[in-house]
Amino acid sequence: MFSRTDMSLILLIEQLLNGLQFGVMLFLMSAGLTLIFGVMGLINLAHGSLYMVGAFAAAGVAAATGSFALALAASLAAAAIAGVLVEVLVIRRLYDRDHLDQVLATFALILIFSESTRWVFGSFPLYLDVPAALSGAVSLPGGISYPAYRLAIIGIGLAVAVILFLLISKTRIGMRIRAGESDREMIGALGVNISVLYTAVFALGAALAGFAGALVGAIQSVQVGMGEPVLILAFVTIVIGGIGSIKGAFVGALLVGLTDTLGRVLLPVAFGTFMDPSSATAVGAALASMSIYILMAGVLLFKPTGLYGSA
Amino acid sequence: MISREGLINTALVFGLLLVPLWAHFSDEPYIVTLSTRVAILALAGVGLNLALGLGGLVSLGHAMFFGIGGYAAGILASHAQSYTPLFEWPVVIEGTQFMPVIWLVAIVASALVALLTGALSLRTSGVYFIMITLAFGQMFYYFTISWPAYGGEDGLSIYVRDRFPGLNTLVPIQFFGLCFAALMLALVVVARIARSGFGLALNAARQNEARVRAVGIEPYRLRLAAFVISGAITGLAGALYADLNRFVSPAMFSWQTSGEIMVFVILGGVARLFGPVAGAALFIILEEVLGGMSDYWHIWLGLLLLIVVLFARGGLIGLIAGQARRDSAGEGGGHG
Repeated sequence: MFSRTDMSLILLIEQLLNGLQFGVMLFLMSAGLTLIFGVMGLINLAHGSLYMVGAFAAAGVAAATGSFALALAASLAAAAIAGVLVEVLVIRRLYDRDHLDQVLATFALILIFSESTRWVFGSFPLYLDVPAALSGAVSLPGGISYPAYRLAIIGIGLAVAVILFLLISKTRIGMRIRAGESDREMIGALGVNISVLYTAVFALGAALAGFAGALVGAIQSVQVGMGEPVLILAFVTIVIGGIGSIKGAFVGALLVGLTDTLGRVLLPVAFGTFMDPSSATAVGAALASMSIYILMAGVLLFKPTGLYGSA
Repeated sequence: MISREGLINTALVFGLLLVPLWAHFSDEPYIVTLSTRVAILALAGVGLNLALGLGGLVSLGHAMFFGIGGYAAGILASHAQSYTPLFEWPVVIEGTQFMPVIWLVAIVASALVALLTGALSLRTSGVYFIMITLAFGQMFYYFTISWPAYGGEDGLSIYVRDRFPGLNTLVPIQFFGLCFAALMLALVVVARIARSGFGLALNAARQNEARVRAVGIEPYRLRLAAFVISGAITGLAGALYADLNRFVSPAMFSWQTSGEIMVFVILGGVARLFGPVAGAALFIILEEVLGGMSDYWHIWLGLLLLIVVLFARGGLIGLIAGQARRDSAGEGGGHG
């Protein structure tokens, strides 16, 4: 069969793909956060709640209809609607406030979202099944077999990234978004309806987060509090990439996804070359859990505004 | 003449002192324990308030220091309980259950971590600072979960509460006395800092960075010093909290803890000396009253917080004392 080096190479490629899949998901979260910050100057801690809303909507619709496509559509719609509601009721009042008020109000929103969801759905996790067509494994060249669903996530994520780039760079709404990033008052003076634009950007970010929640919900379980760990990773991502930059969010997301996934596999092995196996596993795992934060600290040392950040 | 805020502060101190005393004599140890929680959480908030209120540093990572203080107590006590030294090389360091030593270690350890993380995160400002402090807090959270030597995800128990010379810390009211004294000491220290040249310059750097620079003061150093002192105070609170529960776990490091410490400061009134005391007391009262009525009381806490942020920006003390926060025009997270 295979020699040992072949096996470990295959393992490495599998982990690279896992890292890529993780990174692509992080990009969906980070893109919305960074757009919302770039255009409205708002730090939104409740972005993780919208991720959770998407996952719960998908799990609910999938359980009722059995269709994964409908579940994905529901996640987009539910998160976008939740986004519009939150923007109109609360977020709109925060644009002129300082970051402290934004942090507190959106922290309050997390409490409300999480506990309401727990109230309605209970504390037990829900499960969203991978669609039958994608439930098997795909054979890749070189004898690698990789889950079709994860591969599909990578494909969908990259497609969304391309669509987003085109939306921002080629369309009229994208032009307005970019204009909003560089000069808010001016585009208002030029007759663009700022408040509609803001609501639209917020809904777009929310929909992306909800979509990510639904896609990941089929790999992990759907439960209350699932959004916040991802939210914090998305923060790390956009701090690395530079806040406000979609390109930065993309590069940052892939860096974080790959560093985290590969760190968990490679660090214990690396420590195993000079330590006994059990302590190598412990030290490796502990360091791996810190790897992305060390990456963030390293980037900040050289570029305090992130890789693609301005000012 | 005493201002209205001064009157409220006096009432808070006497309230926090008299309620547990009354509870002690009417044999209600649970209320003494609740009051102890208020004192400890208020102490954590006093630490954050120094960075947040005076320095304008919106740190969402203060759980980091709370957890380090807690683990300092937990680790030292666990080694003392098992009679195993922490280190045998280069010198043998034994564990201890002696509170003053534990507090010193908690303060020094959290100050050192604050120095490191502060030196990095203060290179940035505004929203970057918020996200980075949050990320560093989360780093410690995951580290404690994946580091098996001290209990990992399960946490660490302190079987017998640590000792303080001359007191029986197992008696609730005596332990409360210690925590209350620590809180009062911290309030005095922070009040003196606020009135010192350092505090005035720090406050000025929050309001107008360019002017402070123009008179030859480097804001970075002021903020770093404030962040370190702030972290040390919150670290001390963590050590006390570990002894209150006789248990530490990674939850002390979680982002929710950071959020809650910030909520104490805000509910009470930011940049007010006694704001965290009022906020922590209100939080515990809400937890008891609302938590008794519904398992989902965080919904109501969230709504209340939302209302305070959107409509009553001075917090509880601001509502009663009736004057606006002096710095309500703070821009971009303080120093953006």
